[in-house]
Amino acid sequence: MGFWSFFFIIVFLGLTTQWYGTNKALKLNSNIKEGPKLPSLPSYYGANAFLWLVISVLLFLIVWVFSKPHILDYILIQNIPKALIDEFGGTPNMLIDIIKATDISNIFPGTNPIIIENALYYNKIDKLSDSIAYSIILFVGLTVSIFSINKISFLFKARQAVEKTNINLLILCSTIAIIATIGIILSLIFEALRFFEKVNFFDFLFGFNWSPQTAIREGQVASDGAFGAIPIFSGTLLITFVAMFVAIPIGLFSAIYLAEYAKPSVRSTFKPILEILAGVPTVVYGFFAAITVGPFLKNFVGEFGFTIASESALAAGGVMGIMIIPFISSLSDDVIRAVPQNLRDGSYAMGATKSETVKKIILPAALPGIMGAVLLAISRAIGETMIVVMAAGIAANLTLNPFESVTTVTVQIVTLLVGDQEFDSAKTLAAFALGITLFFATLFLNIIALRIVQKYREKYD
Amino acid sequence: MTNNLDRVELSLVGRKRSERLFKFYGFLGILIAFLFLITILYSVISQGQKAFFTTFIKVNIFFDSEIIDPQNQRNDEDIRYANFNKIITESLKKKFPENLNKNDSKELSSFISSSEADYLSEFVVKNKDYIGKYKNMWLLASSNIDVIVKNPEMEDLDEEDRLISNKQLGWLNQIRLNNELKKELNKNFFTKADSTEPEQAGIWGSLVGSFLTLLITLVLSFPVAVAAGVFLEELAPKNKFTEFLEVNINNLAAVPSIIYGLLGLAIFLNIMHLPRSAPIVGGMVLALMTLPTIIIATRSSLKSVPPSIREAAIGLGATRFQSVVDHVLPLAIPGIMTGTIIGMSRALGESAPLLMIGMVAFIVDVPTTFLDSSTALPVQIYLWKSTAARGFVELTAAGVIVLLVFLILMNGLAVFIRQKFEKKW
Repeated sequence: MGFWSFFFIIVFLGLTTQWYGTNKALKLNSNIKEGPKLPSLPSYYGANAFLWLVISVLLFLIVWVFSKPHILDYILIQNIPKALIDEFGGTPNMLIDIIKATDISNIFPGTNPIIIENALYYNKIDKLSDSIAYSIILFVGLTVSIFSINKISFLFKARQAVEKTNINLLILCSTIAIIATIGIILSLIFEALRFFEKVNFFDFLFGFNWSPQTAIREGQVASDGAFGAIPIFSGTLLITFVAMFVAIPIGLFSAIYLAEYAKPSVRSTFKPILEILAGVPTVVYGFFAAITVGPFLKNFVGEFGFTIASESALAAGGVMGIMIIPFISSLSDDVIRAVPQNLRDGSYAMGATKSETVKKIILPAALPGIMGAVLLAISRAIGETMIVVMAAGIAANLTLNPFESVTTVTVQIVTLLVGDQEFDSAKTLAAFALGITLFFATLFLNIIALRIVQKYREKYD
Repeated sequence: MTNNLDRVELSLVGRKRSERLFKFYGFLGILIAFLFLITILYSVISQGQKAFFTTFIKVNIFFDSEIIDPQNQRNDEDIRYANFNKIITESLKKKFPENLNKNDSKELSSFISSSEADYLSEFVVKNKDYIGKYKNMWLLASSNIDVIVKNPEMEDLDEEDRLISNKQLGWLNQIRLNNELKKELNKNFFTKADSTEPEQAGIWGSLVGSFLTLLITLVLSFPVAVAAGVFLEELAPKNKFTEFLEVNINNLAAVPSIIYGLLGLAIFLNIMHLPRSAPIVGGMVLALMTLPTIIIATRSSLKSVPPSIREAAIGLGATRFQSVVDHVLPLAIPGIMTGTIIGMSRALGESAPLLMIGMVAFIVDVPTTFLDSSTALPVQIYLWKSTAARGFVELTAAGVIVLLVFLILMNGLAVFIRQKFEKKW
């Protein structure tokens, strides 16, 4: 049984169950000439049966989807001759990947016949197991729907049951947010702990030498301390600093202009333009930084007799700053507009000009909000990936000179993990250690930003 | 008194000047942001539009029976394995009367894309009566030739910086003089997947990959997010648990996207053994990322429905749940749709988490199922940008244009729905 035939049978079964349940309730009701009828509307009896069918089928389907790869891998390993596994270095994982990737309708000439045979076998058990699983699920579904239709009686309050089930489903959906957070934290911590088994925690956090590509042997790792993350952190901070240097003045001034000076017509033209800037995908900014800004800066700075690396912190940070501008401007705009009008009126009445009002009254009043916006922007900047992957360097370089090439946490995570499937080496695990650092750094910044906004917000009413 | 007034009068000039200056700074901020946007769009479009067209060279092909079918058996398999590159080179040589040595013919053969030999062999298999005859055909030029044709300023570069030799440039100019060069729509770009040769690479494979990925994202995140939004906004009791939920969702919205990629790698790939590089995993990761966006949109959209709707429904005997599902939620649908489309457009432009789960491979086939290896549109842009060959620069920009067009379409749709269907109460 293929997936789609299964799918349509289930849909058909569901609709039939719903229709049959409703009909049965209608019939029960119509038999009663006097006295109380069923406690709920007939459609609720159909809906109840339908819900239970769908829930049970979905539950079993999810269990199957997640357990299938494990079961199939296990069966496949039993079938592969030991000699072939030894030939592939004793670990069957890679072999299994090769077998799965073998396209049996278009076999590459010269493929190992045992692999072809196993690929055919895999294809067979793949289809067979699906058929078996779908049949079982169908059987379960059928049982559930018969059971829930049988349950229809004068004692059964269907509406309460349906609403309770529905609300529980809604709660379940809401908890996915918690599950995701727990998943993030656990997966990061688990892999990072494996990394810290190999590399000392303090060597990682306070080491000055980052060269994970050369650290292949374990002994070398410990002795060389090749996983010192200080140059990466400094690179991240340097690029973030450059980005803020671009974004804060431009973003803040445009927010002030939009909120205080611009006529409504000007405001309604320029605000969407800033929003477009926010909607441009980061990969486009990365392309812009690498193809246009990098070479431009190289020529421009070269005119003055300086040299600048082609993957300089200035190019990556500058373009990241452009990306951050709308973020700062729209958050600051909101904050500035939230300052009550009577503060402005009071200042004007004392004879202050508009700019004096902004500088002496509005900005101080809006400062906590603006600080929060800046902190959120910093957290965005250090977590930003594509711009720096495309425009910043890979080599760790401990420097504060924006003309030089530096690397960032996100760049390192990408370079360590892309194209590598070995999960035992310190090299790949290091990416998770960096990841958890990044996660907690951004989390910390966000919490601080929220705290500042809440604590120092002036109460005007 | 006059003394004070004079002081004010005196200070006024400076204060007014600083007022004008301050206003000017504000305007400058806006102007700079605007200029950045224009620059980005200009640099993308000016390079990208070149990739939508590609160069063809007219060659009078001689289907030499000595090369194609020396035994004269007209056997399909034999014809397919014949050396069609040689046929192209020999036919090209005829354009230039001067004697060409072996090295020259090698340089000459690099004028035509390597895909054209296959094209010719398929052509001959279908039209066997052309064997031994001549036919004028437009053949796809190789990427190096294409780049020179599109960027005439490169002809002035030194030989070693120019991609083609002086000799090749001479031949190219001769071909151009004979009117045997034309630009045509780059069909490969719109119909093929990735390739090592820029002139044969296309965006279609990654477009399909993005579509499959977003489909999974939508199917997973939309119902869950709407359900969560409805619960939190309408039905949840105020207690520690729901407070915790809200804090959680707000934090998830601020987690860097690459962290979601690490989650996908550690859990979906390493623990659940789902296939690498597959749209289904990409879709699941992006769904987690989009979830907070849609939840927040759902909540604000529900919040804007006036309480009188709920009260009216409850007053007529509906339960709380019925009032929400039958009356409030339908009124909030336009806002939810707008938020969902914006979330989807953000997911379309997102690439960092997809790099983590291996959707960054070199894939020459257009994916057909959710389990096939594939890339996504922004990842393809990243891949092309990282490729050294000069011809990929324009392809990358063209990929960016395609991505931007899709984003504009999606956001336009969102704006349309907002203006057409959203009710102001």
